[in-house]
Amino acid sequence: MTRRGMLLKLGILLNGAAGLVLAVPIVRYLLSPVLRERKPGYESWLSLGPIAQYPAGQTRLATFQSPNSHPGDGLTADIPCWVRNIDGRKFQVFAINCAHLGCPVRWFPQSGLFLCPCHGGAYYSDGSRASGPPERGLFEYSYKLDRGKLLIDAGEMPTAGAPSANLTNISGGNSPCV
Amino acid sequence: MRLIRNVGAWLDARLQLAAPIRETLQHRVPSRTASWAYVFGSAALTVFGLQLVTGILLALVYTPSAGEAWSSLQILNHQVTLGWFIRALHGWGSNFMLAIVLLHLAEVFLFGAYKFPRELTWVVGILLLLLTLGMAFTGQVLRFDQDAYWGLGIGASISSRIPVLGPWIVKLLLGGPIIAGATLSRFFALHVFVIPGSLILFVGLHLLLVLKLGINDWPMPGRVVRRATYLKEYHELTERDGVPFVPGAVAKDLVFSGAILLALVLCALLFGPFGPGGQPDPAIIQTAPRPDFFFLWLYAVLSLLPPSLETPVLLIGPAIALAVLVGLPFFSGEGEKSWQRRPIAVLAILLVAVSLGTFTHMAIRAPWSPAMDAWSGDPIPPRYLRNHTALERQGAAFFQAKQCRNCHAVGGSGGERGPALDTVAVHLTHDQLVRQVIQGGGNMPAYGKNLSPAETTALVAFLETLYPAGQAPARDASRDAIGANQ
Repeated sequence: MTRRGMLLKLGILLNGAAGLVLAVPIVRYLLSPVLRERKPGYESWLSLGPIAQYPAGQTRLATFQSPNSHPGDGLTADIPCWVRNIDGRKFQVFAINCAHLGCPVRWFPQSGLFLCPCHGGAYYSDGSRASGPPERGLFEYSYKLDRGKLLIDAGEMPTAGAPSANLTNISGGNSPCV
Repeated sequence: MRLIRNVGAWLDARLQLAAPIRETLQHRVPSRTASWAYVFGSAALTVFGLQLVTGILLALVYTPSAGEAWSSLQILNHQVTLGWFIRALHGWGSNFMLAIVLLHLAEVFLFGAYKFPRELTWVVGILLLLLTLGMAFTGQVLRFDQDAYWGLGIGASISSRIPVLGPWIVKLLLGGPIIAGATLSRFFALHVFVIPGSLILFVGLHLLLVLKLGINDWPMPGRVVRRATYLKEYHELTERDGVPFVPGAVAKDLVFSGAILLALVLCALLFGPFGPGGQPDPAIIQTAPRPDFFFLWLYAVLSLLPPSLETPVLLIGPAIALAVLVGLPFFSGEGEKSWQRRPIAVLAILLVAVSLGTFTHMAIRAPWSPAMDAWSGDPIPPRYLRNHTALERQGAAFFQAKQCRNCHAVGGSGGERGPALDTVAVHLTHDQLVRQVIQGGGNMPAYGKNLSPAETTALVAFLETLYPAGQAPARDASRDAIGANQ
C-alpha cells in the first residue's frame, strides 16, 4: 500500500470517528424531550385552589400551571381542566382534551353533557362516553384533598394513544351516569 | 454599454458560466410541449420564490416565542407599514402554491409524464408535494392562534395512536409533554430552516432531472413508451420537431406565472391576511378549532369515519397512498401515455378530485359539530308555538334550555349533528319519543338522568306537535287496537 493510500484511509477513518463522536450528542440532544421523561417534577401534585371554589353538585373550569412550563411559554403554560364536585366530599377532575383528538370540551350544566366542538364527541357528567367519535370517556386526573385545597397529579397532555400513567380510564361505555 | 460588456466578459472569464447557461436555456424541447398544459411547474417555482421573499420579510418582525408570537402578528397586521400585505401575500401564496402543485401533479399523471425514464423526477415530485404540505401545516402553527394551538393537539393525538412509539413521537413533535414554547420553536425551525432547505435542494434536483431527461413529449394516443426504444425516439423527436426552450416554449410559462402572481396580489389586496384568530390561551374554551383550507378534507374524514376504523385508516391510509404514488412509475413505467387511452387514470383523478372536493365542502359546513350556541342564540319560530297548550310551550322552553337545539335544527336553524326535528312527530310515536329522549341511542346521548319526569313529559308534548299541516302524526296501531277492545 502506498503512503498516499494509507493517508486517504486514515483521513476517512478520522472523519468517520469524528462523525460518530458528533452524532451521539446530536441524537441525544434531539431526543431530549423523550429522555427528559420521568425526572423528578415531571408529574407533580398541583393545586387547583381552595375546595370552596367548587360548589357541591357542580362542574367548574379550573386552570393550573404546568409543572413543565418555561418562562417563554406565555399563556400556553396555564392548562385548563374541569372539576366536578360530586357531593362535597368526592371529586372528579377531567382533562380539557376530548378523548378523540384533543379539542377542548365544553360543559353544559343544563343538559349535563360535555360537548366537543370539533368532531361532535359528547360525554356524560361523570366523564363517560355519551356519543360521537370518542372511543372512551374523558381523561381523568388523580386528585387528593390537602388542608382545604384540591390537588391533582398532572404533567403531560393526555392523548388517546398515551393517556398519562396518572390518569384513570373511565369505563361505563354507553350507559348514562348512575 | 461597452463597460457592461467588459465587466461581463471579465466575470465570465472567471466564472465560465455563460456557455452552460446559454446551452441550458436553448436546449431543444418538442414543439408541442410549448403548451398551456405545461405551465404549472414553472408557476409553482415562481410562487415558491415569492414565498421565500415574503417569508424572509415576515421573519424580520415575527417573534417565534409562545408568549409573543401572537402579538407580533398583531404588530405586523396593524403597526408595520404594509405588514398586513406581506402577511396576506405569504398566506395566499401558500394556498396558491398548494393548488398549483396539485394541478401540476394531476397534469403529470394524466399526461403519463411519470413513465420511463422520468420515474425519479416523479418520486422527487411526490417528496416536494409532501414538503409543501409540511410547509402549509407548520405555517399554520406559526400563526399561533387558537386554531394553531388546538391543531397541534389534534396532530399530537393522531401521532399518539402509532403503536409502541406513539408517546415518544408526541413528545418529539411537541418538544415536551405539553404544547408550549418549545413546540413553537421547533415548528419555527422546521418552517424556516429544515423544510425550505429541503425544498430548495429537491426543487434543484427536480429541475436538473427535467433538464437531463428532457421535458415529457406531448402524449399521442398510440405512441407507446418502451424502455428499449423510448430514449432514441425522444431524441429523434426533439431533433425533427424541436424548438429551443428560450424563446420557443418559455413564453407561455412567463405569461401564466405573471398572471398567477397578479391574481395572488389581487387576492392579498381584496381578502387580506389570514388571522391570527383568538389568542393561544388554552383556558379560552369558547372556540371551535378549524384547520386551514387544504386540510379541511382531513377534518371531514376524521369526523365521518366510524370510530373503530379511525386509527387503522389514519395510520395505514397514508402509508398505502404514499406506496401507490411512489410505486406508480415502477409498476406502470411503460405503455400508453395519452389520457385518451387511460380511462382508469382519468377516473382515478376524477374520483380523488370529487372526494377531496366533497369532503372539503362538507368540512366548511361541518354538520357533525354541535352548534355550541344554538340553544341560547336561535329562538323557536313563533309558528311552532301558536295555539299550543301551556305544557307544549313549556316543552319548547326545555327544548332550548336542555341544548337539544345544539344538535337538532328546528325551522332551519340549529345544529345538524342529529336530524332536523320539524317533522319528527310524523316519524316517531309518543312512546318512541320518550324512549329516544330518555335512553338516547343512534349517536344521541341519553337524557334520562338530566330530565325530570315532568320535563320529559313537557318536552315530548312539544315534540309531538312537530308535524306539517296536512300530514298526520305517527300513531301506535297497537294502542288503537287496545282502545278498540276496551
